Amino acid sequence: MNSSRLGRLFSVTVLFSLLIAACGPSASSSGGKHLDVIATWSGDEQKSFLAMVKPWEDRTGNKIDFESSRDVNALLTTRIQGGNPPDLAGLPGPGQMAQFAKQGKLVALESAVDMSAMNSQYGQNWVKLGTVNGKLVGIFIKASIKGLIYYDPKNITSTGVDFSTPPKTWDELMTDVNTIRQKSGQTPWCIGVENGAASGWPATDWVKDFFLRQAGPTKYETWGAAQEPWNSPEMKTAWQTFGSVVNNPNLTYGGKNYVLSTSFMTAFDPMFQSPPKCYLHHQASFITSFFQHDFPNLQPQTDFNFFGFPDINSQYSGAQVVAGDLFGMFKDSPQARDFIKYLTTPDAQKIWVKRGGAISPNKQVTLDNYPDSQSKQAAKLLLAASPPEFDAGDLQDNALQTAFFQGIVQYIGNPSQLDAILNHLEQLRTSGA
Amino acid sequence: MSLDWIPYLIGAVVGVPAALILYIIGADWLIRRLPDRLQPRLRPWVWVVPALILVAALLIYPMIATAWISLLSKDGTRFVGLANFGSVLTDNSVLIAIRNNIYWLVFYTGLVLVFGLILAVLADRVPYEGPVKSLIFMPMAISFVAAGVIWRFMFSYQPPGQPQTGTLNAIWTSVFQQSPVAWLIDHRVNNFALIFAAVWVWTGFAMVITSAALKGIPPELLEAARVDGATELQVFFRVTVPLLAPTLTVIGTTLVIFALKAFDLVYVMTGGFYDTDVMARRMYGEMFNNQNFGTSAAIAMLLLLAVVPVLIFNLRRFQFQEAIR
Repeated sequence: MNSSRLGRLFSVTVLFSLLIAACGPSASSSGGKHLDVIATWSGDEQKSFLAMVKPWEDRTGNKIDFESSRDVNALLTTRIQGGNPPDLAGLPGPGQMAQFAKQGKLVALESAVDMSAMNSQYGQNWVKLGTVNGKLVGIFIKASIKGLIYYDPKNITSTGVDFSTPPKTWDELMTDVNTIRQKSGQTPWCIGVENGAASGWPATDWVKDFFLRQAGPTKYETWGAAQEPWNSPEMKTAWQTFGSVVNNPNLTYGGKNYVLSTSFMTAFDPMFQSPPKCYLHHQASFITSFFQHDFPNLQPQTDFNFFGFPDINSQYSGAQVVAGDLFGMFKDSPQARDFIKYLTTPDAQKIWVKRGGAISPNKQVTLDNYPDSQSKQAAKLLLAASPPEFDAGDLQDNALQTAFFQGIVQYIGNPSQLDAILNHLEQLRTSGA
Repeated sequence: MSLDWIPYLIGAVVGVPAALILYIIGADWLIRRLPDRLQPRLRPWVWVVPALILVAALLIYPMIATAWISLLSKDGTRFVGLANFGSVLTDNSVLIAIRNNIYWLVFYTGLVLVFGLILAVLADRVPYEGPVKSLIFMPMAISFVAAGVIWRFMFSYQPPGQPQTGTLNAIWTSVFQQSPVAWLIDHRVNNFALIFAAVWVWTGFAMVITSAALKGIPPELLEAARVDGATELQVFFRVTVPLLAPTLTVIGTTLVIFALKAFDLVYVMTGGFYDTDVMARRMYGEMFNNQNFGTSAAIAMLLLLAVVPVLIFNLRRFQFQEAIR
């Protein structure tokens, strides 16, 4: 090959690289800024979030590029490690948020949001939960009440049990449960814990409800802060109380194989079949949108209703497990700041509340925004909770939370291993996981 | 959707080959200016260097980096020596994952090889060989994730007395009149259920390659054996199988490596729950769920160690074949 052809080849290459350099940065500058947002919400929840985003997009001319993933944690880890985090993301939970914050990946939000409005409109706990080492790094855009017990009023009435005044204590509830079983000849509870990599979490909600009401809010908070031994007698009792329900084939539909192999998204199906195969379902307030997904004709109040988890020790009456969806900022920009500020406002949160399936942690979203009497009732429970205790599992770091999920799945499969499971969790906690 | 990436794509498609061509022409131009006796010694290196750089960047560097990370603490800031290996090898759930990988190694490899061989030999003897082989090969076109979703439906479980929506339990309860089995949850069967789904996907691969090798066996050999009074079984075990041995070894080593890095099916079908975890899934979990990079890297190193014997075996065999050529 002679040198003139070489020269031509060279100039072509140079030309191309110039072209690339010229096209690269200029292409994105048309119109508003695009913000990458990742969160777990899909289906109806995704639609509600996008509805919430819409007025902001219209007002600012910016655009939210939303990406849904059921494995948000893995996606975030990959993108953060790869130096390509999204602008904003729905965070898996306060525990995981703290981990990202300690790695310096989350942007402090004090200067982005209106702190005085936040402090007056949000309950103090919600702001505290989004704070790591004195910096606000996560804001709650919706909340849910955990541990509600759902039932179909028509079917319950046919067994002679009356839930118009809900059972006050766990013992009263268990009396009703036995009545249901005798009258109907069916198993009273429907439980399903399958959820891919997070399988087991619906069962951990039971344990949290028992632990909070048996051992009390103080111990519960110690547990949430990872200071409570997993192999304490109180913890063991909470697991065993759950075991007395889930491992009793007379009380739980389908036995352990159904519980383990059924997704939490369909576990309640037998409750709405005719004739019903079970009568009670324990789940957080968001589950109603799943009811109506599987059975579009169901109406709140007439076809399904709920009461709060009953007290066990009257001393701790009123304590309630709550959870919420956190939002954080990974890439600082004026637009992202403006967006996150918008998300904290009552105007934004009303949108999701009105569409159903969400309770707003912002007190200025008044009860008349809730679409039906049932969601009003759930919102009232959230406001009245004394104290509202955040999901102790979500507060743990991810390794411990995953181990909690795996532990309870193992326990349902083989209750005799309880001591070994709890000791393993304790070992993980103390090894400073 | 932003289109920023298009110039980069063009740059990669055009720029990379252009740079390679420039490199080769330029380097050759330089070599031709060297003394004659040096030229043949240097030229092969010039050609090999781009590949070496790629291998170094994509294989050797990550390997060394992983080895280093496996000696660091969870957040990668402190040197902890072999502590990660210690905690991994004493963790009961990791030991279960290792046990499961051994199940995969033995049963997945074994069953795919045996089924592949039997199907290849049988298909060879029927006139409708083509369609049969196509059907059996078809699952290869499906990704493991899709296969996992399909088999989750096949294995699905409903309580006794309920209509069984899973194909397997439907047959099991109606034809065999047994109570339904939770295939993916019952500890006695779940690992084998997963392995079976993997066997379903890969049998076609083993069959097609074995079948090709089978066609390469001269019919006179088999004929001669039969004339000498050998039964069909004897012909199969004494003539066919030994002649297929090199092919079966190649497939076998491929499958062994696959068994060691089994991930997708387990992730999709059980998420590693119910004692079905495998090393690769565990590695992923430690890395992406727990952000425990040290432990994750330690598991990666263990997997690497497990693959090394297979690699050495493969290299030996390769050298041996080169030698007899």
